[in-house]
Amino acid sequence: MWHDLGLALLRIVIVFAVALFFVAYLTYLERKIIGHMQVRMGPMRVGPHGLLQPIADGLKLFFKEDIVPTEAYRLTFYFAPILCLVCALVLFAIIPVDKNFMITRLNIGLLYVLSIASVGVMGIILAGWSSGSKYSLLGGLRSAAQMFSYEIFLGFSLIGPLMIAGSLDLVKIVEAQKVPLIVYQPVAFVIYLIAALGEINRVPFDLPEAESELVAGFHTEYSGMKFAYFFLAEYANMLIVSAIATIVFLAGWKGPVLPGWLWFLIKMSIFVFFFIWVRATFPRYRYDQFMGIGWKIMLPLVLANIVVTGIVMMLV
Amino acid sequence: MAVKEEQQFKELMAKGTSLGKVDEDIMRETIRTQDYWINMGPQHPSTHGVLRLILSLQGERIVDTEVVIGYLHRGTEKLAEARTYHQIIPLTDRLDYLASPAMNFGYVLAVEKLMEIEVPERAEYIRVMMAELARISSHLLWLATHALDIGAMTVFLYCFREREMVLDLFEMATGGRLITSYYRIGGVAHDLPDGFLDKVKEFCEIFPKRVQDYDDLLYANRIWLSRTVNVAKISAEKGLALGLSGPSIRGSGVNWDLRRANPYSVYDKLDFEVAVFDGCDVYARYLVRRKEMLESCKIVKQCAEYLEKTSGPVMAKVPKVLKPPVGEVYMATEAPKGELAYYIVSDGSQRPYRLKIRTPSFANLIALPEMVKGHLVADVIAAIGSIDIVLGEVDR
Repeated sequence: MWHDLGLALLRIVIVFAVALFFVAYLTYLERKIIGHMQVRMGPMRVGPHGLLQPIADGLKLFFKEDIVPTEAYRLTFYFAPILCLVCALVLFAIIPVDKNFMITRLNIGLLYVLSIASVGVMGIILAGWSSGSKYSLLGGLRSAAQMFSYEIFLGFSLIGPLMIAGSLDLVKIVEAQKVPLIVYQPVAFVIYLIAALGEINRVPFDLPEAESELVAGFHTEYSGMKFAYFFLAEYANMLIVSAIATIVFLAGWKGPVLPGWLWFLIKMSIFVFFFIWVRATFPRYRYDQFMGIGWKIMLPLVLANIVVTGIVMMLV
Repeated sequence: MAVKEEQQFKELMAKGTSLGKVDEDIMRETIRTQDYWINMGPQHPSTHGVLRLILSLQGERIVDTEVVIGYLHRGTEKLAEARTYHQIIPLTDRLDYLASPAMNFGYVLAVEKLMEIEVPERAEYIRVMMAELARISSHLLWLATHALDIGAMTVFLYCFREREMVLDLFEMATGGRLITSYYRIGGVAHDLPDGFLDKVKEFCEIFPKRVQDYDDLLYANRIWLSRTVNVAKISAEKGLALGLSGPSIRGSGVNWDLRRANPYSVYDKLDFEVAVFDGCDVYARYLVRRKEMLESCKIVKQCAEYLEKTSGPVMAKVPKVLKPPVGEVYMATEAPKGELAYYIVSDGSQRPYRLKIRTPSFANLIALPEMVKGHLVADVIAAIGSIDIVLGEVDR
């Protein structure tokens, strides 16, 4: 038994260390990629080609003064960022990087992902509400509406692939794919990507933190480590949605020649790159337009996709 | 508003609620309506300086907007009264600091009109070229920040790349990048340096291609269209009544460009089109400025070609001490933001008795509450961007 426990702990340490490392360097990657897309260099000063920049940023945030606005509800104000980060990080527990490498295998893995993700939204709402600032409140309310609705589309877009794979277990989903599911479910794939952009608050759907309108949205009043938590949570979520897309639509670790974990990382990076690329290209939708797209276009489409998938499966 | 709410409250109390009759004091304490207002600026990332807006909101919809200005007031007009005519030129630079040559231009033209000074043609061409370069630089900064406000980050940096080229040109010719003070009453400070015109022509070659880059990102972008088309509309009549000018009114279909309508300097010898679009919305104003940049580029090219072929003095014979005759003068020019006018009253001394500046941003800003009524908070940002204000000019 001790042996098992030790092994489990080792896995946890490895996965979280790697996850946090990736999250930290994702910020660097984003700045570099966007920098080059925008004919500039991105971070260059700290270390060779700015490679130590995330560490410097982390240190800076760590040593910052801990500011709480007078109007804020202290307890919730402290609790919100922690909730956000914890919810983002616990999702890494069930991501199967390789056939046998994951912290734990859940037979309802996908359901777990969706439910924890919705708890994560609570952190943002609480942050907006407890800051005692109007801009934060507007940002928080926006994200409440946005993330809850986009979770629906996100969930629905995964139902089609689930029907084909026949399981909620992430490992089984991958194993069920002889051909990546993107081939059978292109509509679901596109809707998943759009919903994911909304879910992780990225351009063109970065309304909760639309900096030009709401200053910084729900985290206007946050600084120092508390802000860093939100920041990390956001990037961790980006990794998670990329990982889920890889597992559900691109057959996870499967691939010729290269080892499984490498395939997984390559596929995941494609999505991450896509999300960054989108940010460099598009303006931001307005809040009402964004909700309109969700409820008037994506919802009917995704429901139709489920129906069509069902009919085809019945016939075949 | 408050009276109406009180009345509604009374009615509600008389009717009673689903809980039956409730004590009025408790109701007053717990249930009440309140105007939700939000303070935007003066420290806000997209009010383009120190503009302050007080927005009354219903949800996220604008009920009323109050514009509060004065955070950048430096008393330019009053300061001018204590300075000689030449000393006022650096003050005008600081009005619209994004297009200082255009600001100088209006002022020196006004004084020249008052004193009836004949300016050498070469100087006029240099001035027009600089003013048009300033228009390009100003519009580039506008497009950059406007796009950034709407979330298109890359356009911002692309525009700054080209603006940098224009600023380098300014630096080469005048020594200053932003605040140039290059114009003089009777001409310009000195002739252009060697190699300047080649650089200008190089810029004119590159620039239209770069505009294509911005178009790729914005022109037909669905998101850009949905954020700008039919947003912050203002009709031509309303716009004229409020004194809109420049690209803001040309976006409402009014063909009014002082360079054509009332030509000054050498504009009547130059070939360019006035950009007019009749969408009345943010997108139309975007189209106007986009086309104006290209047209300005054409003008700059023509000026450069003329200047290459000719040489001569760049300064008229003007006395060291300027003492304009007693009288007054009004001179309006087309600055990048709209109609810029100087009204000078002279009492025959070395200093103006009164200098009144009619700045375009100030007049255009008045139209903002009209434009955004009933729109969402996000549209306020688009509207502010579309009228292209500079607070230095608004407050003077």
